[in-house]
Amino acid sequence: MYDSGKIIIGIGIFLLFVAFPFYYTAIGKPVVKPDPRIDTPAIQAMEKKQCVESKNAMKTLHMQMLNDWRDAVVRDGQRFYVATDGKTYNMSLQNTCMHCHSNKKKFCDECHNYMAVKPYCWDCHIEPKEGA
Amino acid sequence: MAIKRREFLKIAGLSVAAGLGGFSAFTGLRSGILEASQYVRDPKELKASRWGLVIDMSKLNQEDIRRIMDVCHKKHNVPAIPNPKDEIKWIWPESFEHSFPGQESPYMGDAIKHQPYLVLCNHCDNPPCVRVCPTKATFKRADGIVMMDMHRCIGCRFCMAACPYGARSFNWRDPRPFIKEMNPEFPTRMKGVVEKCTFCYELLAVGKPPACVEHSNGGIVFGDLKDPNSEIRKIIATKFTIRRKPDLGTLPSVFYVVSDKENKGGHEHVG
Repeated sequence: MYDSGKIIIGIGIFLLFVAFPFYYTAIGKPVVKPDPRIDTPAIQAMEKKQCVESKNAMKTLHMQMLNDWRDAVVRDGQRFYVATDGKTYNMSLQNTCMHCHSNKKKFCDECHNYMAVKPYCWDCHIEPKEGA
Repeated sequence: MAIKRREFLKIAGLSVAAGLGGFSAFTGLRSGILEASQYVRDPKELKASRWGLVIDMSKLNQEDIRRIMDVCHKKHNVPAIPNPKDEIKWIWPESFEHSFPGQESPYMGDAIKHQPYLVLCNHCDNPPCVRVCPTKATFKRADGIVMMDMHRCIGCRFCMAACPYGARSFNWRDPRPFIKEMNPEFPTRMKGVVEKCTFCYELLAVGKPPACVEHSNGGIVFGDLKDPNSEIRKIIATKFTIRRKPDLGTLPSVFYVVSDKENKGGHEHVG
């Protein structure tokens, strides 16, 4: 093989470059599992800690639900949501959701940052004031 | 080993069936979770076939106009941007010749000619802004309100070009630093969207009148233009009212009673 020295060094540099993301994350800080919290005063005061729908449904469907809600309110003028358990809620991110979940940083951002999703809710909707 | 045509068709058929079955099971499950839920309206909601306003200029002075403007802008988190090029407004005072071009005359009294007129989105029956919006971000509701869906606005400003009343404002910059006191119950807007008066749809939905009507001391009356027994129809039937740029065929829903302040109280409206 001609120029084997140069080629081998070249391959070495190439591998180092390509593998950069792997060793960068390996040396960097360890990945922390997201830990969303629901320990807000409003939720603590609740007798039965129950969101609009079951925890499972909220976990998997909240994005779809919020999307449906905004269409219902803004486009169809339907403001209220009768949940599966029969309770009625005002469909409002600012006035209903964030009333209980007043800890946006520990509730919303915790998972969204981990998953690198950037919903643009807060460009317009006013986030609750947080102490810390 | 070559696969026979018969075998191939069998496998293909089975895979299609399995695929369809799996897909429907998945989608069926998704929609099934919240099956029992539904959307409802507030029973107190104010309803109409076509909302309209009558603005009686003989009952509104400069101070009233300022107050109405402040209330509306505060309630809806409308920023106060000092640079007039970036200005955002939902309801504002305008001169007679700018409000009603072509309807002025040389013999008009100074009071009528020079008093400020309260103008806002006309919630037209034939709204040109809705016609040009490429995303249906602005649309006409069944009750006549020309609504804005900020989620869909892409900021193309076709609607601003189409609106003959200048009722729409574009957010050239982030409005938040210019909002003195934020109303935490209403969202703000973001850079790059168009906004305007929405007839206080959020108040109508819970049975309250629009903010401008409530704070006008009777100078502004709202009601159903399609209902012949409504107060607004009685005023339009008994007083002479004008609309802005009627020759354009946009059919505005905002009517103006134009008369001098001296006539104030001279003719009370019926009903």
